[in-house]
Order: sequence, then structure tokens, then C-alpha cells
Amino acid sequence: MSAITVFAGTGNNMVAEALRQAAPDVVAAYPITPQTTIVEGYAKFVADGRVHTELVNVESEHSALSACVGASAAGARVATATSSQGLALMWEELHIASGMRLPIVMANANRAISAPINIHGDHSDVMGARDSGWIIFFAETAQEAYDNTIISFPIAEDPAVSLPVLTTLDGFITTHAMERCELLDDATVKAYVGDRVPENPLIAGDKPVSHGMFASLGGTYFEVKKAERAAIDASPPVIQKYGDAWEKVCGRPFDFIDSFACEDADFILVMLGSAAGNARTVARELRAQGIKAGVLRVRVYRPFPADAVRAALKGAKAIGILDRSDSFGAQYGPLGLDVRAALYDLPQRIPTRNYVFGLGGADVTLETMHKAYAELAELASGTLDEGLSYLGTRG
Amino acid sequence: MATIKELSKVPERLVGGHRLCGGCGASIAVRQVLMSAGDAEVVVASATGCLEVSTTAYPYTSWETSFIHNAFENAAATITGVEAAFKGLKAAGKIQQDKEIKFVAFGGDGGTYDIGLQALSGALERGHDFLYVCYDNGAYMNTGIQRSSATPRGAWATTSEVGAAIPGKQQRRKDLTSIVAAHHIPYAAQASVGDWRDLTNKAEKALNTPGPAFLNVLAPCPRGWRYEASQTIDICRLAFKTKFWPIFEIENGVWTLKEVKEKDVLPLEDFLKPQGRFKHLFKPENAGLLEELKQDVDDYYSYLQKMAIATA
Repeated sequence: MSAITVFAGTGNNMVAEALRQAAPDVVAAYPITPQTTIVEGYAKFVADGRVHTELVNVESEHSALSACVGASAAGARVATATSSQGLALMWEELHIASGMRLPIVMANANRAISAPINIHGDHSDVMGARDSGWIIFFAETAQEAYDNTIISFPIAEDPAVSLPVLTTLDGFITTHAMERCELLDDATVKAYVGDRVPENPLIAGDKPVSHGMFASLGGTYFEVKKAERAAIDASPPVIQKYGDAWEKVCGRPFDFIDSFACEDADFILVMLGSAAGNARTVARELRAQGIKAGVLRVRVYRPFPADAVRAALKGAKAIGILDRSDSFGAQYGPLGLDVRAALYDLPQRIPTRNYVFGLGGADVTLETMHKAYAELAELASGTLDEGLSYLGTRG
Repeated sequence: MATIKELSKVPERLVGGHRLCGGCGASIAVRQVLMSAGDAEVVVASATGCLEVSTTAYPYTSWETSFIHNAFENAAATITGVEAAFKGLKAAGKIQQDKEIKFVAFGGDGGTYDIGLQALSGALERGHDFLYVCYDNGAYMNTGIQRSSATPRGAWATTSEVGAAIPGKQQRRKDLTSIVAAHHIPYAAQASVGDWRDLTNKAEKALNTPGPAFLNVLAPCPRGWRYEASQTIDICRLAFKTKFWPIFEIENGVWTLKEVKEKDVLPLEDFLKPQGRFKHLFKPENAGLLEELKQDVDDYYSYLQKMAIATA
């Protein structure tokens, strides 16, 4: 029988607790705002003797993920956390971790990317990791950051997946704001995550193994990359399996998407992360006025749940896709491109508008969502064209 | 210290069939260092470079010991991750408490003096139990002989070209071994593949030192230095006798220089002349640059003599 502790905690508190309960053998990490309180919290667990983890206080994020690659190849359960410029500095290692098929769980406090320097929340950092072969979660709340982080371990370590997982939460908005949090007891989480059973570890295996080998022209590079694509494409049932198992343990539902009133909605806003709460509040207000508004939040961003997104959006008259980052020079922002590609397979064409919002932690208010919904009505009636606009700038 | 008869019985960890060039100093360095581990279990990490690409062309591996290559600048960070995993798995009770493993990282001078310096410094400061071996051939040989901070003054390299305006590299080489020593780790040394007895003794010491240890090993590259592949060991001996590559160690802060006997000392030209990378130094117009290189060599040797006296 599991026991639940209820307390007021931040997203970073909850991620640190999730990591502690998953009991990694190695955590190699570096401080960066607004992730720092995760590694600080973890360092206290280590200092207090509450975990057996070998904490490696590296000299950079590049070395953080480099050490994680070494530790994971050695056969350990491995975790780290980063943000923004730190994630950018890791870019080389992101691809190496996934290319070497090494399970690593990394929390990211989603933050703007320089320049100009800005420590606040948006998704520009994560989008730099988008195509690197990692499974990527976006949490809306501290509680969900906890849930996502815990389920990341068995997903990453399942031999059918064997990929690193990025479990993200929005900088300051989710990392630092206090919420009502439910923490399960350690024994329940321990039983849920189980032990990692490594394949071909560098140490404690029964034979010498070589990792990170050379596969250049004429070698197997192309085939290895195909296998990587096959692995992430085949991961959804495994993600669902562990999500369902966690749902049974904690009682909170798990799905790749979080759909609010989309079934009969005329106007739907699609987004990632913490902004969904404001969108739902406004959708409720609009529904009270007889306007059929819905909200679709994507929780598992990679692998992208295109079928589920399409099914949730298929009845809408107009769709607004909110991107908390931009893909400069592309037709739309990252989520805009994903959603538009998913909609292509529908027999009918639904007009969409892409909104870049909240960059560098710019305020996202109820008014922001009202404005987007109002534009969707114009889009559906043909008085507004499709395209991309920045929502909420001062000029 | 092991005799050559004993060393000859140690199973090879880097076996034949790899694709390194004939006369390559890197493979000699690796074999001599790993021979010194005896029958201990070893995990090797390698930086990107000649050693890595030539020994691990998938699906073949030349390594008879567990091996990991991660990237160019992070062999030190990678091996410390493996070492941390060893400790973490022990703490978790997942491996035997009395199990011992030697953790060894290899990187060239590009991967160590330059792009990997930060990761090396961090790993040394953190005090992991590992040995880092730099095989120093004085340039980025894998990418085609570009200058590194280990390239000697005056040497030709493909990014410090010899021309009418500039005759080769204009800067003194970085003193990496002193930088490593400044971390006050238990053991750091400079050695050469031309002196197997000294190198294997130092490697044995380094491998048996708890905490971080470092070896900077002269490992000539016939392609990059422009000399006959059969001459690698002779070139190394000339490097020692001309004082170009001093052999020394720093053990718990005590510097010990292997002095070149007065009767054995040779002029620096004897080391430079067999190498195509220095041939322009013997043109009259470059006499000044040759003098500067000689001064670098003399200054460094006298600095090491002073350090040995000061810490004796």
C-alpha cells in the first residue's frame, strides 16, 4: 500500500525528489539558473546520506553529459539536469548519447537562449534538442514534472527503447512556483522503477566491449541511424505501458496529449507546457458565453503523437498553435510545423495560425489567450489569413 | 618494476590488425602503458583521433579490454563518468566490494593540450582515480597535421605554413605537464616511447597511484614529422639527448629530472635535421627562428632543473 505525502513544493523540488526516489548510481551535473535548485537539492540528499549516488560536480555541462555517457555505458543508472545555455553546450553530447543508445534521464528547466541573455522561461533551449533522438516530455505542473521524471527511468532503460529522455518543465513558472504536490513513498517508487539491467556494460560485464566505435564512409553509420529512427518510432507503446502503470500507482492519468473540451470544439489552441492552464481558464469562460473553445496540450513531444493530435483537432473550424520559441526562417515555429504536418493527413483542410508567445519569460495572461481565440474566429470566417505572428510584444 | 621478460608475458590489450601507420608512436605508447597494468582489469577511454579511428572500425575492435570513445574534448570527463559508475554501482551493492579496475584515458595533444584541457582540469581537480595519458605528437595528425599548442616553435604544420612572410609556427609550445602538476595531483610525469624502461616504470607508478595520475608521452608521427617510419625510436632518443623532450616526474610535489649525461648531450640540430617539418629552419634567413627554438629548449630544461632542486 503506497503512502502519499502532500506538501507545498516547487517543480525543482519535485524533480529532485523524483531523482532521489529513482536512485541513480551517478548524477553528473553543473549549476545553471533556473535548474540549479535541482542539483542543490540533490547535493543535500547526497550530503545527508539519503542516496547511494556518486555525485560528480563537473566543470561544465559538456562534461556533465560526457560523464553521463561514460557512466551509462558502464552500466549505471544515470541522471542529470540542465537548462538553456547548458543544454546548448551539451548539443554534441545529446546526439552521442542517443546514437550510442544510452539510457540517461535529464531534467531541463526550459529557458530562453542568448542573445540577448535572459534567464526566464521559454522553449528555445529544448527545441535545440528536438531532433537529437531523445524522448522529450513537457510538464505543465510541478506534479507532472515529478510523474514524467519517474516514468522516464523505466522508459529509457527498457531494452526495446534504450534511449535518453529529456523531462522538461518551464523555467521559473514551473521550476520555482509553489504548488500542492503529492509525493509517493520511496518503496512504491523503487518498486515501480525497478533496477536497470544494462546490455554490454563497460564494467561488470562478462567480456570486454567497445563502445562509441568508428562507422564512417562505407561503414554502418547510415544503418545505425536507421535503427535509431526505428527505436524512437517503436517507443510509443512502451511509453504508454509505463505511463499506464504509473497511472495505476499514483491515480493521475497519463496520455501523450492532454485534451480539454476538444471533442466538439470549433476553436482549439495547441501548446506545450505551463501556459495550458491559462488557456483552459479562458476556454471555460468562452464556453460559458456559448463559444466552443478547446485546448490541446502536448505532453510527449518526441516521439510526436501525430495521430492523437490529428484525432483531437479534426473537428475544429480553426486552430491556433502557440509556440514558446521560434524556428527562424522556417514557415512556422517548431510546434506549428509539427501540428500542420499532422493535419495534412486529414481529408478536410482546417485553417491554422501560429503564435509565438512568452519568449524570455514574457507574461502570458488570460488576455493573451483571449486574443488568440478571438483571432481564430476571424480565421474561421475568412477575415484573417493563415500565418505566423508574435503575440503580446509591445511593438 | 617489471623486467622486460615479465612485460613480454603480459597479454596485449591493444592487439595487431589495427590501422595505425607503421612507426606510429601512439600505439607504442598505449601498449607500453597498458603492459604496466599487469593482469589488472582495465577500462580505456579514448579521445577522437588517430588512435580511436584506427582501432575501432566497426565491427572490428583492436581492444582486448573494455573501451569507450565519446568525442574529441571529453576523454577525461568520460573516463571519470565510468569511474563514478564503478563507485556508484559498488555503493548500490551491484558489484563486488573488493573488485578493482584501472581507468585509463588516452588523448592526443590536440585532444589534451587544446580542446580537452578544460575537461582534463576538471577531472584532475575532482580527484577521480584514473590515469590520463597524452600521446603527444605535436600536431593534429588525424585531420592532417594542423598546428596545436603542443607544436614546437618553428615547426611546419598545415595551419602554420612555411612561406615567404611566415616561416612556420611562431609561438612556443605549451607546457602541459606543468599545468597538470599545478593541480597538485599525486603523480604526473613526462616520458617517451623511445625509453620503454622509463615509460613502463612511470606507467606502473601512475597506475598504482590512488587518485588522478598523468603521463605526457612523446609519441612521434612519421607522416606529420616527415621522417622514415623505421626511425621513431631513434627520433625519440634524439629528442631526449638534445633536451628537446625532457623526461621527468612530479611525485607528491617532488620534481625529478632524468638528466642527460654530459657526454651524451647532442646539439638540437641532431633532432631537427632528420625531420622534414623543421627543414626550413636551416635556411640562412630563418637562423633567428632556430635560435629562438633553441632558447625555448634551454629555458625549459633549466626551469626543470630548478624545479628539481627547489622541491628535492
